Amino acid sequence: MHIVYPAVVSALLFSVGVYGVLARRNTILVLMSVELMLNAVNLNLVAFDVWLGDRLHSGQVLTLFVIVIAAAEVGLGLAIILALYRNRRTVDIDRLRDLAEPADAPRGVPSTLTAGGSQPPPSAPTDEGHDPGTPPPSQDRSLDQNQHQVLDQGHSVAVEKPVKRGGRR
Amino acid sequence: MTEAVPSYLSPTGQEIVFLLLGAVAVGSALLVVTTRQLVHAALWLVVCFGALAGGYLVLTAEFVAWVQVLIYVGAVVVLMLFGIMLTRAPIGPSEDLDSGNRLVAAVVAVATAALLVTVVIDGFRTAYTPLRPGKGAAKELGASVFATWVLPFEALSVLLLAALIGAIVLSRTDIPGGAPAQQTSGPSSGPPDATPFPGNPETIQPPAKPGTVQPPAQPEGTSPSDRTTGSTPPEQTGGH
Repeated sequence: MHIVYPAVVSALLFSVGVYGVLARRNTILVLMSVELMLNAVNLNLVAFDVWLGDRLHSGQVLTLFVIVIAAAEVGLGLAIILALYRNRRTVDIDRLRDLAEPADAPRGVPSTLTAGGSQPPPSAPTDEGHDPGTPPPSQDRSLDQNQHQVLDQGHSVAVEKPVKRGGRR
Repeated sequence: MTEAVPSYLSPTGQEIVFLLLGAVAVGSALLVVTTRQLVHAALWLVVCFGALAGGYLVLTAEFVAWVQVLIYVGAVVVLMLFGIMLTRAPIGPSEDLDSGNRLVAAVVAVATAALLVTVVIDGFRTAYTPLRPGKGAAKELGASVFATWVLPFEALSVLLLAALIGAIVLSRTDIPGGAPAQQTSGPSSGPPDATPFPGNPETIQPPAKPGTVQPPAQPEGTSPSDRTTGSTPPEQTGGH
């Protein structure tokens, strides 16, 4: 067996996974693409273990370890996604922008000033949604996000800081 | 591995089988990342992992192949399907599965593929090994795992346990937070599914005035069921 064959197959699989991670919007599909990339790595490990003929079987043992880690990653990732869905009602990566930099939006500074500075972090992603530099969110989506942010603000005012903790009781 | 390399023009049966399995794997992986139906993506993932398991079998890694079938096809994909189900994904084709930077992603992926394939072909053009069965059997691999790789194995089992507990803690809703600044009506609302969605518009107002009486908590629990999207998540969140 030429080692080039499994190596090329795994390279193609890895690229497909890269495309999926970059292009997909649903979080579960992104997780699937990560699994594709991990499988590409596994195929490489098995192929080179067979080629080198290691007496310790390091490649295949490492493949087993990667499979176990992938299983743990999927379990944790899905738990995080479910918690996210419970709190936000969406698993859309493009709409989860609360951690985005508020400074890069040109209109972010005035609006945070007009917001009174009470809730700067939630109001900044709202500007992100209206940012003309991000074409993917359409008009209704940005409106939806705006509404969502407003709701979040109202709730976080109602229940103290830990929104998630309070909602879980 | 330094023997004379056989020609690429006369592939053996093993190589033909492996290439066919690789074509199936790459093709189904492409369908995973391009299909418009979420559930079909998970099912194509099954095909991709199964073809990869066949590839492992051809490469004489039998134990890895069966572990792949058991864990990936049996557990991971089922977990993904559960995730799709619990996040209330649409059954039919949905239009907004791809983000707007799809072209950029395609360019990056094609560039990655070109780079990797070029380097790999250039670097391992002369790499050849005959396949001898038995190197990846469960006996040999088990002896290796429990002789040389015992410490990483044990560490990995602890990691798996920690991940499992973390997943349970993350996904359960009836665990008390134990944090400061708790909501005052938390214990009074009793059932864990009383206020499951802080972001839900209906549940915004009741948590605002929490500790009044129990009757306001009751319509709060029932008001999400009026919505089409919020009906089942209380049972769902308590179920797993």
